Amino acid sequence: MSKEKIAICEDLADIMPPEYHDMVENATFGNQDRSWKDIGSSKELIEQHSLCAGCPESIAFRFIMSSIPNPEDSVFVGSTGCTSLVFPHVGIHNIHSLFGNQNAVASGLKRALAVRFPDRIKDVFVLAGDGATVDIGLDMTMQSWFRQEKFTTICFDNELYANTGGQESGLMQRGFVAKMAPKGKNFDKVRLPEIAFEAGCHYVAILTVSKPNRVEQAIRRATYVAREFGPTYIQLYTPCILEIGKQSMEGLDEMKDSESIGGRFVMRELMTDEVKAFLKEKEAEDKARRKKAKTVTA
Amino acid sequence: MEEQYQVMPGPEAFLPPSAASMGIVLPDPGQAHIEGRLVDEEEAYEYAARKLLAAKVPTLFPGPLVLWRWNDKAAKKAAAIRKLANALPARLIPMADYRPKYPKINPAVEINPNHPNLTIWYNKIDVCIFIGVHCHQANLALKIIRGGTDCYTMAMCAQAGHEDACLSFRDADPAKIEKLTAAVEKLKSEGVKSEAEDFDQFVTAREG
Ligand SMILES: Cc1ncc(C[n+]2csc(CCOP(=O)(O)OP(=O)(O)O)c2C)c(N)n1
Ligand code: SF4
Ligand SMILES: [Mg+2]
Repeated sequence: MSKEKIAICEDLADIMPPEYHDMVENATFGNQDRSWKDIGSSKELIEQHSLCAGCPESIAFRFIMSSIPNPEDSVFVGSTGCTSLVFPHVGIHNIHSLFGNQNAVASGLKRALAVRFPDRIKDVFVLAGDGATVDIGLDMTMQSWFRQEKFTTICFDNELYANTGGQESGLMQRGFVAKMAPKGKNFDKVRLPEIAFEAGCHYVAILTVSKPNRVEQAIRRATYVAREFGPTYIQLYTPCILEIGKQSMEGLDEMKDSESIGGRFVMRELMTDEVKAFLKEKEAEDKARRKKAKTVTA
Repeated sequence: MEEQYQVMPGPEAFLPPSAASMGIVLPDPGQAHIEGRLVDEEEAYEYAARKLLAAKVPTLFPGPLVLWRWNDKAAKKAAAIRKLANALPARLIPMADYRPKYPKINPAVEINPNHPNLTIWYNKIDVCIFIGVHCHQANLALKIIRGGTDCYTMAMCAQAGHEDACLSFRDADPAKIEKLTAAVEKLKSEGVKSEAEDFDQFVTAREG
């Protein structure tokens, strides 16, 4: 869809709830410099969510949605799990796939879009939990990387299967005891970022969603690199506060603790030198454009 | 022979049977159905117009296909719907998209296919017509309405029509909506009065 189509028929405009007028008038569609700073002052592309109050997955959603450079031409592919509960509410095209199949569905979609719209940039993002990405869907995840499919995989890592009540996942920490994994985990957290890089991802980032500017940077980098080079992967720590017994307000502290020195979610990025050079140039270009825009408006 | 099932207002059951499973078939081009009975489309215009005029709270539910300006045809349909609403008169309650809108929807000013009964109950709607709602969502909403309310449902469908509405047109375009308006105007000129209770067309306001 192009943003020109996001318009209300005049003859019925007065009966449309104001949130839709708000979206048409104030949403950041078409603004390539949209950012997390627009949250609160412009239409956020997400009204409500049906996750637990304070769930960091909902924070991740907001940051991702406000960071993608091209929302009107982006498609999300989701998978079963807590994340999928948000999909019906978002103002972005999305497809729900069978649990684990998300990267296979995204591969087909991305290729089809490239054939159907050869002159238009279409960004595809997989948004799925760790169970979907690393356990049941690992085959599909890795095969899409081997095949060099040009889209971004975003894993909401809450280190267990939250939606089904707390089973062990590959990304769970060794020794962790969950409600439905009472014996504690016997082996280490899978090192998926390293595996992703080895498997052919051109840009990989692992971080929490405690700092919006970091999330934004990672999302933008992953998007640009996926367009030009091939698969990219982002792993976001979005702790399941319900499962670890935290209050709604405590998700942020949990994320901050996990990213302090020596923590398992200290931000890391993996990329080739070629990608590093590409991003440097791209980011310098963007900066210059923003600076110019500022001086023109001033 | 068993008697033909009739697609009548409910409340029919928590889960009413789909009309198709009860043997109701869709109209062919040029036809419509009234309560499951296939009729010539012309007959349905007058029947629908009478139903709307006789209603206490006649309501049009425009869906995303006519609320959003996808193309010029959508805008023409929107203009035709507005004319129909004015001619009757009828309330207009939009179905702007299909989000479930948890935790809260506002049934006073909008309807969505996942909880259409709330809007019908809240506004005491006794006759409604869906226009511009994607078929799969309309089917869902029509069945929920038949299941839990006593509202008479109609559909102005741009495709093959809806068995689960009490009355359905097919192949809707601006001209067909205008024909329904003309049927309303004709009945009125013959002395049939609108029974609609007074209402103000809702212009929605942002809630806290
Ligand atoms: C094919 C299939 N297998 C299993 C399930 C059951 N199931 C639903 S959600 C889920 C776990 C989700 O875990 P994760 O991907 O980590 O997402 P989270 O809920 O933690 O965000 C499972 C196993 C399913 N829906 N479909
Ligand atoms: S169960 Fe956990 S991951 Fe799922 S919505 Fe609740 S806090 Fe979030
Ligand atoms: Mg999980």
